[in-house]
Amino acid sequence: MNIIVCIKQVPDTTEVRIDLVTKNLVREGVQAITNPFDTYAIEEGVRLKEKFGGKVIAVTMGPPQAEAILREAISLGCDEAILVSDRAFAGADTLATGYALSKAIEKIKDYDLIICGKQAIDGDTAQVGPGIAATLDIPQITYVRKIEDIKDGTIVAERMTEDGYEVIETKLPCLLTVVKEINTPRLPSLKGKIKAKSAVITSWKAVDIGAEESRIGLKGSPTWVLNIYTPPPRPKGQIFEGEAQVTVNQLVEAAKGLFH
Amino acid sequence: MSGITVYKDKCVGCSLCVKGCPFTAITLVDKKAVIDLDKCTLCGSCVEACRKFGAIEIVRETTKTPDIEKYKGIWIFAEQRKGVVQSVAYELLGKAREMADKLNTEVAAVLLGHNVQDKAQDLIHRGADKVYVVDNPKLEHLLDEPYARIVSNLIRKHRPEIMLCPATSAGRSVISRVAVQLRVGLTADCTELDVDITDRSLLQTRPAFGGNIMATILSKNHRPQLATVRHKVMKEATIDPSRKGTVEVVTFDPSFFLSRTKVLKVVDEVTATVNITEADVIVSGGRAMGGAENFKMLEDLAKVLNGSVGASRAAIDEGWMPYSQQVGQTGKTVCPKIYIACGISGQIQHLVGMQSSDIIIAINRDPSAPIFNVANYGIVGDVFQIVPLLTKRFKEVL
Amino acid sequence: MIDYLLTEEQKMIRDLCRQITDEKIRPVAAEYDKSEKFPWDMMKVMAQSDLFGVYIDPKYGGMGGGVFELCLATEEFSRGCAGIAICYSASALGAYPIILHGSEEQKMKYLPSIAKGEKLAAFGLTEPSAGSDASAMQTTAVKDGDHYILNGVKHFITNGGDAEIYTIIAMTDKSRGARGASLFVVEKGTPGFTFGKKEDKLGIRASSTRELIFTDCRVPKENLIGREGTGFIAAMRTFDMSRPGIGAQAVGIAQGALDEAIKYAKQRKQFGQTIISNQGIQWMLADMATEVEAARALVYASAREVDAKVKDVGMHSAMAKMYASDVAMKVATDAVQIFGGYGYMKEYPAEKFMRDAKITQIYEGTNQIQRNIIGMALIKESAR
Repeated sequence: MNIIVCIKQVPDTTEVRIDLVTKNLVREGVQAITNPFDTYAIEEGVRLKEKFGGKVIAVTMGPPQAEAILREAISLGCDEAILVSDRAFAGADTLATGYALSKAIEKIKDYDLIICGKQAIDGDTAQVGPGIAATLDIPQITYVRKIEDIKDGTIVAERMTEDGYEVIETKLPCLLTVVKEINTPRLPSLKGKIKAKSAVITSWKAVDIGAEESRIGLKGSPTWVLNIYTPPPRPKGQIFEGEAQVTVNQLVEAAKGLFH
Repeated sequence: MSGITVYKDKCVGCSLCVKGCPFTAITLVDKKAVIDLDKCTLCGSCVEACRKFGAIEIVRETTKTPDIEKYKGIWIFAEQRKGVVQSVAYELLGKAREMADKLNTEVAAVLLGHNVQDKAQDLIHRGADKVYVVDNPKLEHLLDEPYARIVSNLIRKHRPEIMLCPATSAGRSVISRVAVQLRVGLTADCTELDVDITDRSLLQTRPAFGGNIMATILSKNHRPQLATVRHKVMKEATIDPSRKGTVEVVTFDPSFFLSRTKVLKVVDEVTATVNITEADVIVSGGRAMGGAENFKMLEDLAKVLNGSVGASRAAIDEGWMPYSQQVGQTGKTVCPKIYIACGISGQIQHLVGMQSSDIIIAINRDPSAPIFNVANYGIVGDVFQIVPLLTKRFKEVL
Repeated sequence: MIDYLLTEEQKMIRDLCRQITDEKIRPVAAEYDKSEKFPWDMMKVMAQSDLFGVYIDPKYGGMGGGVFELCLATEEFSRGCAGIAICYSASALGAYPIILHGSEEQKMKYLPSIAKGEKLAAFGLTEPSAGSDASAMQTTAVKDGDHYILNGVKHFITNGGDAEIYTIIAMTDKSRGARGASLFVVEKGTPGFTFGKKEDKLGIRASSTRELIFTDCRVPKENLIGREGTGFIAAMRTFDMSRPGIGAQAVGIAQGALDEAIKYAKQRKQFGQTIISNQGIQWMLADMATEVEAARALVYASAREVDAKVKDVGMHSAMAKMYASDVAMKVATDAVQIFGGYGYMKEYPAEKFMRDAKITQIYEGTNQIQRNIIGMALIKESAR
């Protein structure tokens, strides 16, 4: 079984802070990491390979330095890695990103399954996965928390919903987006790290994947950011300290009007 | 030509753009900003940082939807589950109505499902002028393929200028396919919406970078402008039984209902707790709860307040609560009216998931815990002592 | 930390072990210390990351490093939990006699599963009445046709009961004293090989320590390592190699305690300022940091010497083990002192380092025995 895992390099948003004076994002010391949700996608791909054979190909679209997360993916068990990188892709929104990745996947051609993380932590859109499936016109199962079975070209998976879960069946090839519940990602292996260091990362430009100029980068992106601002800080709250019963009474007195 | 330009004559070398670039793509060379195009993603942060001097500009040369002025009206996707229209749809209607009145246009709801036709009137009472109903046994479950195919087809036929969709797991999955099929923009998980009446563009505001910043997104050259909207952020439309509107039942060729995915089973995970994204009051516990058994006291408090129980990642990882109750970056994003954080220190990963709650109440024994920075009210004290007292006191006064 | 000019591969080992320590070991260290359960899940993580084979020849499925690589891994793990770390490094102690003196068949049979981490190994020398005086050992191995019959008791055996492969010293000829000892591989499950109860220990509580009981245990003669009578020499050579590993464990403990002490001193406020602003505390930390670095330098130098197959490494590896373990005890005790009353409480991490440090002055030869070795070597050297 050939599995493609789509991953993204993101700033570790848990470290992002806003400079209160300049209102800018403080990016000092903020590391670029593999999108946490994509680590579950990598792990699931590698587990499926270990079970069914085949190979796992990690694909990312991004600037040249995104190569780092592809090497990490190899150290975690992926067999091949492809970097889709070109200045022409800059400024891509989810539509243009989904299109470019789809063209790269079309070029890979031979695949049974595409796995993506449910969303990236920088944009939180959850749109690129389904976007790829729609562009390639293959079925999708989003928010997968468990793969029950893959047999005779059919996959059965549990999909998380707001109320619980659904068991969904579909034909391969298909695209899955996975949630954290699906597995616990392993740490890299030493052999994997050594392999990753010398691994050849394939790099594809826009022409290599035959992407139409009007559908990539800024030009292919219908949406753009008009402005960015810091959310207004929450007003300073009333914090009660002291003897337990007293503070409880104070709090209930202050807050009871909020409950009706 | 599309791209980014630095106007050297306007650049004063203040380095605000260098600090503002999330991708370390800008450096100062001879006191002028220079952009490394290999790193630049054209995100626009520098343009924003340089607003005062206007030295950086991004030129977009995008395609445009033909006959753009012919697109009129605001649509909402009336998501139903098990034949029940979800309350988020009414929230969308409230916002759609408000914006349609500004634009002097109509609001239509799209209702797909099986045996749902009788729900169309509710949507009219809540502000829709028109309801497109597609009723078919094959639409019983929210299957991405037929749903997307039908919605796309209706859009092509009737040309709305805006369509809003709930940012639910089903809504996000369906509408993402629609956006690709129509090749239009889609903005995820909006928390604020407005329209610019001069060019009828939709101003879509949403949190990004884990809620650290807010971004306003435009898609003014394409129609319809698609957005998913976060639950519990917009106000639900009020019911007016006297409102009149039309219901158009649309039928489709069987090929529209084909789906390669099949729902084998739907399981509601019945816990003592309800779906936390729906709850008006959430009582959440963190690592300081010390064990699964201690969540009972949070359930007691939640019961008195008619709320449900959530947990931080630390508590979920310990296995004290199921993952479905996790609030935070890797769990659910919630915005209840009242969020009570018990023994949660307030790591950024947690704050991201709950800081848009209307009111936050924190109980923590450490007065310097970051949770108190976002709390409207707080008690410094031991949860095991405070929570039972709080339950008792609320029971007395409510 | 001094730049020890590690190779790329050594840096990878260190970074990977650090990642495992931070992400996997630290969060569970206190729990294993309390429950005394064997940390199988941690062993699995280390195995999955290929770390059980860092010192084993690639021919047998290892990564081809040596004692130095093993020390890097042990040090990093020990920063998080010395108990979990020793489960890992004790497997190497059990494997060394096979690596040093085993036949090709024995190596092919046992090393691959040890390198993969599928099986843990353990080394059995100490007996109830033969501690520092290993030559007073009572366990016997009597040849009987194609087998040896083992009788006797080994105690305080790290990984005892949880390991699958044991290298055991027994007397094949009591009349010859130390020259009558031989080494055997005994597999768990061999009839007549049972385990005593698990010891309840002061520190390294995640590791298991048990008695090995041999009652007419028949071991095939192919399991004899080397020749009859070479067991004691083999054991001493094994210790020459393994001592830097204990030193590395001690360095890890000391570094872990120092890190916690610095972190705490920066947070803790008394008299309106953080306690790290006090020169008294700074001086303590300065001494601690210097001693840790000195210990590390000695351990690394000694491990590299062992790997370079320098002759007579015994004195230097004894110095490394002794000095590093004394430093670990002192630094961990000072860390508790910096934590003050909190340092004495199990809710804070300081006291565990102190409990864990103590064993490093005792096992694999007490520090008094190490001084004997050094002393003897000095006499020998000066007599040349």
